[in-house]
Amino acid sequence: MKYVIMMQVDPAVMENLTEEQQQRIGEGHGAFMSEIKESGEFVATQALADPSRSRVVRSGSDGPEVTDGPFAESKEYLGGFYLVDVENEARALELAKRIPDANVPGLALEVRPVLFADLGDG
Amino acid sequence: MTDENRAADLWREAAPRVLARLVRGYGSARFDLCEDAVQEALLDAHRQWPSGSPDDPLGWLTATARRRFVDRVRSDARRRDREERAARLHPPVHPEAAERDDSLLVLQLCCHPELPRAGRVALTLRAVAGLTTAQIAGVYQLPERTIAQRITRAKRALAATGRALPRPEHAAERLTSVLDVLYLMFTEAHHTTGGAPPRDADLAAEAIRLARSLRDSVPDSAEVAGLLALMLLTEARQPARIGPGGALRPLDEQDRSLWDRALIAEGTALVERVVAGAEPGPYLLQACIAALHAEAPDTDRTDWEEILVLYRLLESVTGHANPTITLNRIVAQAMVHGDAAGLAALDELAARSPGLPRLEAVRAHLLERSGRGEEAVAAYRRAIADAVGLAEQRHLRSRLRRLAPGDG
Repeated sequence: MKYVIMMQVDPAVMENLTEEQQQRIGEGHGAFMSEIKESGEFVATQALADPSRSRVVRSGSDGPEVTDGPFAESKEYLGGFYLVDVENEARALELAKRIPDANVPGLALEVRPVLFADLGDG
Repeated sequence: MTDENRAADLWREAAPRVLARLVRGYGSARFDLCEDAVQEALLDAHRQWPSGSPDDPLGWLTATARRRFVDRVRSDARRRDREERAARLHPPVHPEAAERDDSLLVLQLCCHPELPRAGRVALTLRAVAGLTTAQIAGVYQLPERTIAQRITRAKRALAATGRALPRPEHAAERLTSVLDVLYLMFTEAHHTTGGAPPRDADLAAEAIRLARSLRDSVPDSAEVAGLLALMLLTEARQPARIGPGGALRPLDEQDRSLWDRALIAEGTALVERVVAGAEPGPYLLQACIAALHAEAPDTDRTDWEEILVLYRLLESVTGHANPTITLNRIVAQAMVHGDAAGLAALDELAARSPGLPRLEAVRAHLLERSGRGEEAVAAYRRAIADAVGLAEQRHLRSRLRRLAPGDG
């Protein structure tokens, strides 16, 4: 089963990390990726730009309209995600716990099942 | 069928038998090397026999694969002496013996209970069904590298089990593992392709092909026959399962004239042939239930009493350990004893297995039928949130819209 592990980022928390903490987080992600590639559970991962770079497209009176800024005003935002293919939800949660963010107070991971996937090679 | 397809089919059928011959000769601890050698021999075959095949394709492939195996062993400098001597000292024994069991042997190795579950399916699809890593990746919508890694890990695990060649006393246990892998492959086919365009490798067709070949190898097993019949009878309903727009059509809404009568006839005949005197195993019981549905003109004229009996038996032989079987039993129970009895049984099951897929959908359906509209709407909303696929979600939304227009 495919799950998305979403990294919920809080900019205030990110600002206050020490250089050393940042490096450890970066290395932790690297190790995590190697581990799930080796186990055959890795599908994809993406890191997203700051939400200040978001543009929102939604229906308006003359068809779709484009506006600046994030879709929803909130402190936390989606910083990136891992897409994994695992045996069950328990395993997805186990993996989420190994992502360095899980040990940083103020950051969080959201785990949700995927209903449909097309990776474009079929 | 083009010549090229025919040739590809021929090679695919030969592959597991060639692999079996190598594994018999060189030992299952060398399974990974043997499998690599067979893959290389198949590539050689594609290059050298693009539109036809030698007189004895099996012999040609076996000889080529053996040569490739020896090449590989020889090129591995660290193990050169020891391995090469072993390879030369123990050429494949009795290549002509036990031909019928060849595919079975490789199946049993690929479905070895000690392999990781996802690896068993991937390895079976490659080593037995003869699919390429790219095809398997396409079926599962996973990167090719992920599938390649699963195959590598599975082969490594197999090598680590050492003497993995099945011993007769473990025959039953090993057969169960094979049946479970094939059934998993089959159900995943219906799950992954629900609403999606057809792909070049059809997982359901592969599972059925493997089950047919397994039945040839183990003609006396009622469970093998049961699994094959279950697959045929389920596959027969496939054309009616997805409606326009990709919504799932449940049994009671299916246009039964779309069911594949030839598959039903074959599946039903298989059940009838083996059911008398057979020990009722889980696959045969499910095939019996599928056969009863297949012969009914509609849901009202279905033998629900018999189906209820079979589900109770199925719960009993599976040790009451599978809540999905219990959920299906409750559907039958509601048809026989009324919706109130079904709803009461559902409450009990929900308490024991919270979050069970489809439970809220069944509840919504029973509530709707009992005229409890508002409760049904709430249950449909929960069912939509619980759905594990898009086709199922679409179906539930359309049911909800019917009950609460504008809310769905």
